Amino acid sequence: MDTSLSLSKPNTKLKSVSSLRQQKLRAAMWFLAPMVTVLFCVAGWPLLRSIYFSFTDTSLTDLYGGQWVGFKNYLTWTTLSSGRTIFSGTLADPTWWNAVWNTIKFSVVSVSIETILGLMVALVLNQEFKGRGLVRAAILIPWAIPTIVSAKMWGWMLNDQFGIINHMLMALGLIDSNVAWTSNIDTAMFSVLVVDVWKTTPFMALLCLAGLQMIPRDIYEAAKIDGIHPVRVFFHVTLPLVRPALMVAVIFRMLDALRVFDLIYILTPNSKATKTMSVVSRENLIEFDKFAYGSAQSTLLFAIIAIFVCLYIWLGKLNLNGDTQR
Amino acid sequence: MAQIQLANISKHFGKTEVIREVNLNIKAGELMVFVGPSGSGKSTLLRLICGLEEISSGELTFDGESMNNKVPSERGISMVFQSYALYPHMDVYKNMAFGLKLAKSSPEDIRERVMNAAKMLQIDHLLDRLPKQLSGGQRQRVAIGRAIVRNPRVFLFDEPLSNLDASLRVATRLEIAKIHHEMKSATMIYVTHDQVEAMTLADRICVLNNGEVEQVGTPEELYHSPNSLFVAKFIGSPAMNLLEGDFAKDYQCQTLGIRPEHLVIDPNEATWQGAVIHTENLGSDLYIYLDIGSDSPLLVRLSDQQKVSKGEIVGVRPKWDHLHRFDQHGKPISAPIGAEPSTVLETQSA
Ligand SMILES: Nc1ncnc2c1ncn2[C@@H]1O[C@H](COP(=O)(O)OP(=O)(O)O)[C@@H](O)[C@H]1O
Ligand SMILES: [Mg+2]
Repeated sequence: MDTSLSLSKPNTKLKSVSSLRQQKLRAAMWFLAPMVTVLFCVAGWPLLRSIYFSFTDTSLTDLYGGQWVGFKNYLTWTTLSSGRTIFSGTLADPTWWNAVWNTIKFSVVSVSIETILGLMVALVLNQEFKGRGLVRAAILIPWAIPTIVSAKMWGWMLNDQFGIINHMLMALGLIDSNVAWTSNIDTAMFSVLVVDVWKTTPFMALLCLAGLQMIPRDIYEAAKIDGIHPVRVFFHVTLPLVRPALMVAVIFRMLDALRVFDLIYILTPNSKATKTMSVVSRENLIEFDKFAYGSAQSTLLFAIIAIFVCLYIWLGKLNLNGDTQR
Repeated sequence: MAQIQLANISKHFGKTEVIREVNLNIKAGELMVFVGPSGSGKSTLLRLICGLEEISSGELTFDGESMNNKVPSERGISMVFQSYALYPHMDVYKNMAFGLKLAKSSPEDIRERVMNAAKMLQIDHLLDRLPKQLSGGQRQRVAIGRAIVRNPRVFLFDEPLSNLDASLRVATRLEIAKIHHEMKSATMIYVTHDQVEAMTLADRICVLNNGEVEQVGTPEELYHSPNSLFVAKFIGSPAMNLLEGDFAKDYQCQTLGIRPEHLVIDPNEATWQGAVIHTENLGSDLYIYLDIGSDSPLLVRLSDQQKVSKGEIVGVRPKWDHLHRFDQHGKPISAPIGAEPSTVLETQSA
């Protein structure tokens, strides 16, 4: 619609309009310049350095003495005299692929559950009831607690010998013997997911609530007069109208989840079942003294997140267009 | 078609009483207008009738059937909201059809009903547009269309024209009047704060003030025999002249009301005399403001033939049978002047 409008404008106006535009653009640039500078210093430069390091053999002890090695940290192969080809580098590293898989599993499951729960909580909080303000504030507490604190707290609650969770489940007769929730390879991911959902659902709920409150009340009254079933109203009115807000919330959470580190590092240290990309790359960077190798993994993590975001935005746009057509 | 009866209807939010003991009988098929200043409880009364608010006490019946405990969708009503309340993500067709899906109608039936309503309102070329792609007037038509397709027995309008500009308001007003004539089967209740809208549309008007009914009657009744000072002030444009103090004392009342068109220039028999402080020429009419020493200047309507200019001294007299006299409670005095031992004067001098 916009394009047809600007096309139909008389040509004579074009010149003055474009000079006005230029003026606006220039002003915008000046306003943005300080932020862009700061961002470049604290985000852009370190990122570029990491990418550079990933193509060298830099080590932690000699940060400036690295030599250019090309894609060696990513993938190389040597063919032995026996004719066998041996691959090495991150992309051939099973630990790395395990971490990728863990990260994806964690992100998809946690964000899905948080979105559904968050939307449900938001729907409740959007209703008028006594003490709503108090509940709204109270529900934010898990989100306000620093991750390290809540991870330690849950670590204790999930402790196999003294943990209150085991105690309660035993008392209820749901388990026969104490479970080592965080160190058991079968339950470690589950524990991490539970804690993350507990911690982050309030955040999702708040974002959803903001979206819900943008929907005018009167259309619900119109639906009520028309006698439309509440479930139908939810799927045909509420959901389409909160979708933009929901999309933003999901993308925020997804970005956060894909680079999850602190919760896993504290709650389930060194568990193969939960190690994510961030955890693995930190290990290589700091602990294993494979600085360049860790840099390559960080770069891959960055690339995966970037691809994901582009894909998500693209899909979202397609979807939005699909809606306007009948 | 439904006859609507409100018996002792009251509504309070917490401790504040918003609607007080309203008794009202709305005849089947008539267009009743609720009019009153902002905050007088018009919307609340309408929402009580449609069931969006619960009635605190009293009884609401449609055709003798109690509606107090019926949900809105069981009452057979349609409502047009001031803000249109269109579904922003649905196109015009879907907006109009959405409420019909459930009503056990076949897709062809739905389509036909929507098309008929759209043709009637001349929005059939807009069916695939979204609300945000429509002008205010078009949105209003869609909202009205959505109400029409449900074929309700009661039609409710809450200030449907207040978001439109002046010329569109007049056009849409005509449209609504037309719908009222075409849809003989529906009783209509129309809420407005604009007395001109009320006068032009209504079969009968209900004037609300502070949650209470001041007067119910046809536009003519309200205009010619207001039964309170409030109604006299509220109905009529420009407003009635109200004189107090000595001016009223001469006529044995607390407040003397006289409409601008019921004053005539008569130099020989002038009741009041004063200088013209302002004139307004509307083409067909000439309004003059006379300073006769009252609190606010006396407004007189003249025909366009009469020439009066600012600063001139003019004498006027009221047409005797068009005087409105009110006592200290704002109630009209019906007895002819001088016919009763004036209690008004006694209380006033006391
Ligand atoms: N939900 C509510 N809670 C409390 N007070 C309300 C509510 N709705 C309306 N009121 C009050 O009731 C009075 C009448 O409101 P309303 O019916 O909207 O007036 P009108 O439509 O005539 O302008 C106002 O004083 C308003 O503040
Ligand atoms: Mg109102």
